[in-house]
Amino acid sequence: MALANHPPATADIVALKARAKSMRRHVLAMARGPGQGYVGQGLGISDVLAALYFHEMRWDPADLKAADRDRFLLSTGHYSIALWAALAEAGVIRLDELVTYGADDSRLEMSTLDTTPGVEMIGGSLGHGLGQAIGMALGLRLAKSPARIFCELSDGEMQEGSTWEAAMAAGHFSLDNLVALIDCNGIQADGPVVLDMEPVADKWRAFGFATQEIDGNDLAAVVAALEKARATDGKPHAIVLRTRPGQGVPTLLAREKAHFVHVELDEWDALIDELERTEADHG
Amino acid sequence: MAERAYTQAMGRDEATGGRTTIDAPFGKALVEIAVVRDDIVGLTADLGKYTDILPFRDAHPERFFNVGMAEQNLVAVAAGLARTGLVPFATTYGVFASRRAFDFIAIACAHSNLPVKIVAGLPGLTTGYGGTHQAIEDTGLMRLIPGLVVIDPCDATEIAAATKAAAAHPGPVYMRLLRGKVPVVFEPEGFDFTIGKARLVREGTDVGFVSTGFMTERALDAAEALEKRGISAGVLHVPTLKPFDTEAVAQFAGGVEHLVTAENHVVHGGLASLVAETLFDAGMTMRLTRIGLPDRYIECGSVPTLQKRYGLMMDDLVAAATGGRA
Repeated sequence: MALANHPPATADIVALKARAKSMRRHVLAMARGPGQGYVGQGLGISDVLAALYFHEMRWDPADLKAADRDRFLLSTGHYSIALWAALAEAGVIRLDELVTYGADDSRLEMSTLDTTPGVEMIGGSLGHGLGQAIGMALGLRLAKSPARIFCELSDGEMQEGSTWEAAMAAGHFSLDNLVALIDCNGIQADGPVVLDMEPVADKWRAFGFATQEIDGNDLAAVVAALEKARATDGKPHAIVLRTRPGQGVPTLLAREKAHFVHVELDEWDALIDELERTEADHG
Repeated sequence: MAERAYTQAMGRDEATGGRTTIDAPFGKALVEIAVVRDDIVGLTADLGKYTDILPFRDAHPERFFNVGMAEQNLVAVAAGLARTGLVPFATTYGVFASRRAFDFIAIACAHSNLPVKIVAGLPGLTTGYGGTHQAIEDTGLMRLIPGLVVIDPCDATEIAAATKAAAAHPGPVYMRLLRGKVPVVFEPEGFDFTIGKARLVREGTDVGFVSTGFMTERALDAAEALEKRGISAGVLHVPTLKPFDTEAVAQFAGGVEHLVTAENHVVHGGLASLVAETLFDAGMTMRLTRIGLPDRYIECGSVPTLQKRYGLMMDDLVAAATGGRA
């Protein structure tokens, strides 16, 4: 069966921005329930997920297991809030389910488990994503499938040795059907990134990746970088995404760069109002 | 002065007794399976030569991936391959699989019940390279992972059969590997291997050996020696440590006076612990002697010297069965 979504020749950036804004709305709606969550990360990566799910990836929300689907791996399982927002926006998850985020027995777990539709791997034990992405890329290449693998990982996650074990192999196996999306938001569990990982792009280049470095909250730049990463010249692709945790909600953007954002009960209406008033361009 | 034995280079054979042997039974079985199943893929982490998987590489080079010395990635890549519908066999040494890649076996494979087969060389005391290479606690570690099948085969016949059973099993498997020239203990003709099933290989009424891995070969030899002394010894071979055949063990225990467990592994966490748990759960109280490795790291040396020093020989089993009167 043909997959529903094929990237058009030119992207409708205005429509994608509306998608990203809508996803941010979902992120806030989810976090409001428990009064907390990985809001900063979710808002920060919404533009990237909008570009993937509503432009670049060939997939079908009605056939999530299609053999030739492009796959998105969320290695940082705690960013689940962003994935649920994308899947809700695509109609895979009902909007009225979003309030269950993080609640007991909810499918919208605080960290991804692959029992929820649309989840391609169990994320959360950091350093797992890229290796599994390589296995998928090898398997799909063996099957002569046109499918591509998009694997998100984070700047903090680059401190896991297994990330580099995988990076070595991607170059060695010439996996040009693989795109590593490195979300550099500058935070990790203990606060601001605790080990200096710069220069990030140089590291990926040294491991054999065709590497681009862009503003991950500039949708047009994200779309252009993904388009460039379609090149099939025997090199895996890396896109270093400089993102801002809390993007789209100025108060959160300005707040201390925390791994896990706490919001006071009486703040939510104001934050949602901020998101609604913020032009996607200026978030 | 007695002749001094030396630590042997890697790649030695597993054959220890006078039995006939088969060369690389795992690799040969994998090739045989892959002829009819194009979903079988092979991986190694720079130990292809030492884990008998080269016959598969030579037969199906496009389906073989050497990821270099990177065991976490070995297992992660295998998980990814499995998610595209393939059935990966990933080889390395037991120490590296169980110690370095534990999180990947647990979370990337077993948590999703993916059909990844970990084939683990140098089980227990089959290498003289010391604690870094001797997988003395691997089956204990692996049996703690929910849903993971753990197999410690005895001989060439069982390795071939267990490889086929692993390929047919829909979930993850950790299988210990005997490599090189591997002895034939079980008659291959009509041999049946079922995951989770113990095998009564010798009946006996006085003492019962419950053994796994190559220790079953020694238990059979010990039972033979005991018979000459008028002691009736049975042998229950338990190749699958998880799921554990509690029914067969309890039944076997009920027919003897004294149980002796025998494993090429530390005596806690593995077979001996499983048998003790089984007896306790069944409300049985009886004499139990545990033969296996002590709770310590073991030095470098020649394998025969080490196996003698740490009590894995047939004589040690005879001594255990007779209460030390070997």
